[in-house]
Amino acid sequence: MAGATQHVRPVVPQSGAGNVAPTLERLPRLALIGNPNSGKTSLFNQLTGLNQKVGNFPGVTVDRKTGIAQLGGQRRAEVVDLPGTYSLYPKSLDERVIADLLYNPLSPDYPDFVVVTVDASNLRRSLLLFSQLADLGLPAILALNMTDVAAERGIVLDVVTLERELGVPVVPMNARKGVGLAALRIVMADRLAAAPPAGRFWQPDAALRPMLADIRTHFSLPNDYLALHYAHQFRQLHFLGEADRAYLQELTERYEFDSTAQQAAETVARYARINELLLEVVTVTRTERREPASNRIDKVLTHRVFGYAIFLAILFLLFQAIFAWAQYPMEWIDQGISALSAAIQARFHGPLVRLLTEGVIAGLGGVLIFIPQIALLFAFLAVLEETGYMARVTFLMDKLMRPFGLSGKSVVPLISGLACAVPAIMGARTIESWKDRMLTIFVTPLMSCSARIPVYTVLVALVVPDESWLGLFNMRGLVLMGLYLLGLGSALLSALVLKAVLKARERSYFIMEFPVYRWPRWKNVGLTIVEKVKTFVMQAGKVIIAISVLLWVLASYGPGQRQEQAAAQVQQQAAAQGWPAAETERRVASARLETSYAGAFGHVIEPAIRPLGFDWKIGIALLTSFAAREVFVGTMSTIYSVGQDADLGTVQQKLASEKDAQGQPFFTPVRALSLLVFYVFAMQCMSTLAVTYRETKSWRWPLGQLVYMTGLAYAASLLVWQVFK
Amino acid sequence: MPVAFFRRSATSVAASQPAPARRTANDLKRGETATVCCLKDPQMALKLLEMGCIPGTQVRLAGRAPLGDPLMLVLGDEEYTLSLRVSEAVTIQLKD
Repeated sequence: MAGATQHVRPVVPQSGAGNVAPTLERLPRLALIGNPNSGKTSLFNQLTGLNQKVGNFPGVTVDRKTGIAQLGGQRRAEVVDLPGTYSLYPKSLDERVIADLLYNPLSPDYPDFVVVTVDASNLRRSLLLFSQLADLGLPAILALNMTDVAAERGIVLDVVTLERELGVPVVPMNARKGVGLAALRIVMADRLAAAPPAGRFWQPDAALRPMLADIRTHFSLPNDYLALHYAHQFRQLHFLGEADRAYLQELTERYEFDSTAQQAAETVARYARINELLLEVVTVTRTERREPASNRIDKVLTHRVFGYAIFLAILFLLFQAIFAWAQYPMEWIDQGISALSAAIQARFHGPLVRLLTEGVIAGLGGVLIFIPQIALLFAFLAVLEETGYMARVTFLMDKLMRPFGLSGKSVVPLISGLACAVPAIMGARTIESWKDRMLTIFVTPLMSCSARIPVYTVLVALVVPDESWLGLFNMRGLVLMGLYLLGLGSALLSALVLKAVLKARERSYFIMEFPVYRWPRWKNVGLTIVEKVKTFVMQAGKVIIAISVLLWVLASYGPGQRQEQAAAQVQQQAAAQGWPAAETERRVASARLETSYAGAFGHVIEPAIRPLGFDWKIGIALLTSFAAREVFVGTMSTIYSVGQDADLGTVQQKLASEKDAQGQPFFTPVRALSLLVFYVFAMQCMSTLAVTYRETKSWRWPLGQLVYMTGLAYAASLLVWQVFK
Repeated sequence: MPVAFFRRSATSVAASQPAPARRTANDLKRGETATVCCLKDPQMALKLLEMGCIPGTQVRLAGRAPLGDPLMLVLGDEEYTLSLRVSEAVTIQLKD
């Protein structure tokens, strides 16, 4: 116990040094930590409500969720939600942020105390983590959660004895229902005044003492157990410098420190101690040995027939939701944005107003339009996670996905990618293994999303006859299905290739707990939706608006006076031919686009895309549809001067009547197929790139996607055009 | 409790395996219960240990995924269910 009290941090801000302004009162900070499925998220939501903020832990892709909690006695504290873990020895990249936060008493983020959520129905395993935290010398409160489940199983806990044995306050509660929350707030407020560290559980082996003493002196650490963790984990602690690591490397080698064996011995010894302690605390008064309800539900939900049937039905519903139901709110957003633009344009004029309406507001619309899909997908995902069903999906699908380097958890993001890659990539968050998550994010945009549909429909209808094949299948339907399968196949094969290329950063484990089935808490579902939408709008939104403004400038302005000259020429023609005003307007728009920077771009890249069968007009559409694939149709309409609002039929007629230099139809089946194949593969979506950047916290991944998918599209189109033309 | 087992270094654990193959958790029949004897793969052992799969614990094979992999193990008397792949289950050796 000696020494452990040395690093209890003062709640008042340190004067001068530190990055907190002296006038600003630093809120006391507490960290929330616990096993996965111990109700940690529920407790965090109960404590902070809508007062949550998502930021970054430095150096990792883990979101850092913080919030302000109102404690008893009008005190407030900042709560940091740490990733769920079974022990302080990190087994995944996510868990490493815990070490970075808790092992450096000098860090400004170091918590004043920790609240450990513990599953009362599984006390033995939950106390392992608690005992490690206690030995680190951290003041702690034990939130004895899920007392309802424990009671259901006939588990009676002697809280008073537990409190005495552990040496910390124990608050029995049911975080999902908010039971015990008031008591917890009061206990937490008490701890702010005085937070004595918890009692000791386990001491490192005597043989290790000399090494630990060296480490303690070198880093001036308060206790042996923290020193032991430095010896175990120095390679992964971000706050240590090169020299410190070299020192620890040398030291552990000199003392022949065997990290694996020591860890195993520690865990076994801790369990032995916990077992002893629990003899006095836990009484099981189970009258009958009835199989828990969860296991009975599992018999159906993981059944070889029903299991898949139910999962398929849920996928179908999910797909319906983000594909069909989301269309209504998306249309409202679209109309709202158009109305806003029109209203502004009706009152004000000038280039700045056009920049605002056609550039910025249109870009904002491009961000907001995703909200319904993101909200719906995360409503589903949150319910699937909350109920515990997601673990079963992984169980059912794992073997099917593994040959491609994906895990059972990749299924839901991939399927969601059929509607839209943006929420799908955000959904890949549920995949713990870094490599699996990156593979899933990387290949999801290859799934044919709903934005490709307008492109597919126009081009398929253009060149595929509306006839049936063998009197059964509609030809257009078959081609469309072929395109979807091409997308799916390429996603899986790409995963296979990437699996071989990408080196795993950690050993990945499949092993996981099967949480008991429970009803979802709607508050948690709602908060997940709010959090995800907010993150998307604030973080990916910036990139999307910036790119869309850039694209708008490229399509609206041209070098020198060429645009004005071209427009004047059309006006003269119109006067000579006596065209109606609408016709003139369309032709002016077309001429302006042709002479814009985007038009110049089309001409410049024409030599590069001619081998694919594309001309400069398609080149323009390729550039503008980078904003979103469906823009292809709008741009083609403008270029062929049918007007932006023309229906698909008109666009098709116009495209069909387009002739090449020899007077033959320009859009031959092979040319259309080449273009279709291009759109199946090409990364024509800035929003996807923005969201990949946001989820991977690095430009390497979105740029990799852009280069890989565009390259794939180019190669495939080249093949189609060169072989079949 | 075979604590001594874990004091051996990783290499010596791997080297001392020519003995007749023990049954593993993957050899359990559906519904069959057995006691964990030892954990073979040192890295995997650390993960299994912290999840409560300690030598001496009882395990019951509750079922398998329809494609035979992964499988579902119920630990101890707490009716605590783990899901793990066959490649992971074979590292859990059972007492005879």
